Amino acid sequence: MISPASTLTPRSAAAPAEASSPLPETASPGRADYTSLDVELSGVGRVFGSRTVLRDVSLRVTPGEVLAILGSSGCGKSTLLRAVGGLDTGNTGEILINGSPVQRYDERTAVGFQEPRLLPWRSIHKNVSLGLPRSLSKAEGRERVDELLELVGLHDRAALRPREISGGMAQRASLARALARRPGVLLLDEPFGALDALTRLKMQDLLLDVHAQTGTTVLLVTHDVDEALQLADRVLLLGQDPADPDPAEGATIARLLSVPGQRPRDRASTELAALRGELFSGLGVDSHSR
Amino acid sequence: MSNILLTTPAAPPVDAATRPTPRRSGRKIPGGGMLLGALVPVLLLALWWLVTEVTGTFTAIQLPAPQAVLSAGVGLFESGDLFEHMGISLQRVLIGFGIGAGLGLALGSLLGLSAIADKLLNPTVGAFRAVPSLAWVPLLLLWVGIGEDSKVILIAIGAFFPVFTAIHSALRHVDAQLVEAGRAFGFHGLRLLGTVQLPAVVPSVFSGLRLGLAQAWLFLVAAELLAAAEGLGFLLTESQNNGRTDRLLLAIVLLALLGKLTDTLLGVLERKALKTWA
Repeated sequence: MISPASTLTPRSAAAPAEASSPLPETASPGRADYTSLDVELSGVGRVFGSRTVLRDVSLRVTPGEVLAILGSSGCGKSTLLRAVGGLDTGNTGEILINGSPVQRYDERTAVGFQEPRLLPWRSIHKNVSLGLPRSLSKAEGRERVDELLELVGLHDRAALRPREISGGMAQRASLARALARRPGVLLLDEPFGALDALTRLKMQDLLLDVHAQTGTTVLLVTHDVDEALQLADRVLLLGQDPADPDPAEGATIARLLSVPGQRPRDRASTELAALRGELFSGLGVDSHSR
Repeated sequence: MSNILLTTPAAPPVDAATRPTPRRSGRKIPGGGMLLGALVPVLLLALWWLVTEVTGTFTAIQLPAPQAVLSAGVGLFESGDLFEHMGISLQRVLIGFGIGAGLGLALGSLLGLSAIADKLLNPTVGAFRAVPSLAWVPLLLLWVGIGEDSKVILIAIGAFFPVFTAIHSALRHVDAQLVEAGRAFGFHGLRLLGTVQLPAVVPSVFSGLRLGLAQAWLFLVAAELLAAAEGLGFLLTESQNNGRTDRLLLAIVLLALLGKLTDTLLGVLERKALKTWA
């Protein structure tokens, strides 16, 4: 499931190089330091006021898996992710991480938000160190932040403030901050959604690098079908269950698809094209395939 | 599409990191801004001199000449009264502002951070704010008497509200996304306050402090006009009663200078703080 790091280098090199800062090719924080945890959802639902947003979501995410959560806008993708991270506690059903219930702002998880959400008055280095666990000594913390900045290719930007770097770099800093606590489950809420198309592709490759090196479990909310197919082991499509003739209000598991093939995947593969068509029709979009 | 790109080379994608940090003014002549800022005061001074000394439009009682004001200042300086008036006024402002601004920061932080405290206290504070601060004067004189205390309290009241209002509303409008990110990374309570909320409100706090300082000077003059035996406000009333318009103008000039000086000092602090926090 996890590509060996050696296969990453050529792709990184072949990726369209970002003018000012190429993606890192070799940076190894050491796989052993990271733990990947499983996430078990049973009957998870969420009601806001009188509106049911989510209902009956049950699935198990295995350790180290990358699960993409796909769905149309406002269908509860982020709600589900926030419930797993303990950012939102009003859900019904049960969410277990590594067998124990999710806590408020659960320390075993880390969130990468759609916006970088960096503190504008702190340098990139200091922003990333916000994510460090409290137990770490100062020297250990500095070392870990240095490693992470190397990993996301921002080591030469460490002293800059967030407004001095581009949107893509800010999002990489945000990713490094999330990784700083070595989360068992990495929760990404449309992390590349606000980026331009080219930067988004590079960020996807970076995420694959990071995953290859950390092996952490990833839950990735996205509205981008191709992104889901490029990155995920499985794609969870939220929406109405097609088998249900009289669906109740709120989104649930509409489809749960396994994506074939080793990552990194050929973005133009015909096998993926079929899946893409299926996901588009699940999202209610005509894929115009002939 | 490609045509558009080819014909508009004016907007290349600029790498944010290599972009020079924006400065407030591009090319700067050393001291040039100061010279330009002094232009209008110098012109006013010349006009003042013109209508008093040259054309004689105004009598010395209506508007004494600049030299007369200067010699009034020299006279007060020689008798030692000048620094006494300035010193006591400055002391009152600094103490009153310190107390008022300190309380404003404390109460503003409390109400800005705690929803319960806000619900409990905000209507009360709002009601007190609605009272024009000078309306407290008779009560202060009755309760505290005509001493230093009543003056300092009045100045503190004047400085309190701008500072309170600034930090209170700024804390209530700290970017909720940053606060949530802070919480998501394990910050809460005082650590969250020190890491996210306080730094985020530094710019607004300083504009509140500067407003509060201006208010402090305003209330100083009010307090000294009403009841004082020394200070620049006292110099104003005394000169008015003695028909010494030259000293009256001198007091106004001194108030302007002291007000500007204290505001500039606060501005220096502000720039330092903004360099660290914004």
